[in-house]
Amino acid sequence: MFDQAVVKMIGNGILETLYMTLTSTFIAYIIGLPLGVALVVTDKDGIHPIRWLNSILNVIVNILRSIPFLILMIFVTPLTRAIIGTSLGPTATIVPLVIGSAPFIARLVESSIKEIDKGVIEAAQSMGAKPMQIIWKVLLPEARPSILVGAAIAVTTILSYSAMAGIIGGRGLGDIAIRYGYYRYENGIMFVTVALLVIIVQVLQEVDMMVARKNDKRRK
Amino acid sequence: MYYGIRGDDGISTPETIVSLRNLTKTFPTADGAGFTALHDISLDIRKGEIFGIIGMSGAGKSTLVRCINYLERPTSGTVLFQGRDLSKLSMPELLRVRQSIGMIFQQFNLLMQRTALQNVCFPLEIAGVEKKARIRRAEELLELVGLADKRNSYPSQLSGGQCQRVAIARALATSPQVLLCDEATSALDPSTTRGVLALIREINEKLGITVIIITHEMAVIEEICQRVAIIDAGRIAEVGPVSDIFTHPKSDAARRLVLPPGERVEEFMGGRRCRIVFDGRSAFEPVISNLVLEFRHPVNILYANTKEIDGKAVGQMIIALPEDDHLAERMLGSMRAQGLSVEEVTGDV
Ligand SMILES: Nc1ncnc2c1ncn2[C@@H]1O[C@H](COP(=O)(O)OP(=O)(O)O)[C@@H](O)[C@H]1O
Ligand SMILES: [Mg+2]
Repeated sequence: MFDQAVVKMIGNGILETLYMTLTSTFIAYIIGLPLGVALVVTDKDGIHPIRWLNSILNVIVNILRSIPFLILMIFVTPLTRAIIGTSLGPTATIVPLVIGSAPFIARLVESSIKEIDKGVIEAAQSMGAKPMQIIWKVLLPEARPSILVGAAIAVTTILSYSAMAGIIGGRGLGDIAIRYGYYRYENGIMFVTVALLVIIVQVLQEVDMMVARKNDKRRK
Repeated sequence: MYYGIRGDDGISTPETIVSLRNLTKTFPTADGAGFTALHDISLDIRKGEIFGIIGMSGAGKSTLVRCINYLERPTSGTVLFQGRDLSKLSMPELLRVRQSIGMIFQQFNLLMQRTALQNVCFPLEIAGVEKKARIRRAEELLELVGLADKRNSYPSQLSGGQCQRVAIARALATSPQVLLCDEATSALDPSTTRGVLALIREINEKLGITVIIITHEMAVIEEICQRVAIIDAGRIAEVGPVSDIFTHPKSDAARRLVLPPGERVEEFMGGRRCRIVFDGRSAFEPVISNLVLEFRHPVNILYANTKEIDGKAVGQMIIALPEDDHLAERMLGSMRAQGLSVEEVTGDV
């Protein structure tokens, strides 16, 4: 059962899964991080309240968060084709992964920033800091350890989304598990891929938490 | 510059640095009625003084101090800082004014992810000071607050007193004219409190920075302030020199603070009693021993609350008067003749 071809396929699956997950996480943070900051800053208790913008951002995030990923994935297919040229393969899967996870990441970032003591922000304001200075010098650096912890949750979620993408031809380990386990009843291969997914999640989480701990100066 | 309007003592006052005129602050409430935290507050803070604002929790102290640097916009009334009406300033101008008003807090509010040195550098970064000059200035200030050796420690590695010293260094970084202290020692134990207050006094004397101290503890006011305002339920109950308020509290709020409930003398009932107020001109012991020597009659001290305020010995003492009315009158007369403020007290003191 585990001949050369299968081993190669699983090896490829690992690489594809890592590629989809890490690239999507990266791009999703490029969108989700500023979105999360904007959610906090423009809030009515924020450092620069903008009511209408805050409402719009909240509505967009809530809508995207409430669509199940499987449906979102199919729903954005035309957009994926327009951007990537195809809706199949790991690169194409990045599009729904980013759209599905960026709003989730925005919420994670939002709650990390809200953990910061209000007094610290007030102190910065008492020194005459502008909102942009507060964002760059207070909110992001002070929330950094917590944002990094959030990244462990984000990367796990994105990895599980990427496995789901196997259903519509996204490739990667999820695809293998579905094809061999669900359609061909080759349980051995399915178990191996599932074990690999678990290991990848563990490793990514451990690495992330290690970076987060190293970055946190609060308990030392 | 904003030169002196007449102060509450009727004499032309020194230069006023912060002037609050009919300040009112109303917070919106769910029922729409609004909650008025400050009612018509007028105060003048003189350049170079250490001014105390004392009141119970919820009296409006933090709201008041936040109005001084416009972290809170008053609902009505004006805040004049060095004669400039803060409400008339543009946002960039206001941000610049805030750089000349330092502020420290009960919880220190240091950046947890920055070292002591980086924390002190922070306001300088905001003010756009270039890196080398920033670090030089921060080192100087850590030296001033006695923490030069802790420059690379994070707040989590420092004690409460050390954190507050870093916060003081940080507040001084941009060379402010005024230092606002909102319950700055309330999270510290008594000996650390004394150290931090001594540092604040040193800064006031050395650098000539005007200090406004907000507290709910009379001990803090006695230790360091020259003048004090008593705030009660959002209103100023009394303003004046600390020794006056301590010896002759006029308002109920002041009396509550000067003579806390636990120390009242209701328990010493029966017999005639008198209260002697020491206003800093005489000491305690000679008065009592003179009485004993002069009248050859023991003097029973029922209550004494004596302090050093602003370098002067002040306080009050309640003594039992002899049963013999004639002797009692002579004792009272003798004390008055010495220039002491004496009054007979009856019932609830
Ligand atoms: N942002 C706010 N919104 C509504 N009420 C407030 C707000 N800030 C303070 N208050 C109220 O104003 C009163 C005075 O508060 P504060 O100035 O913090 O008192 P203190 O510092 O003397 O303890 C309190 O009753 C408090 O609940
Ligand atoms: Mg307060």
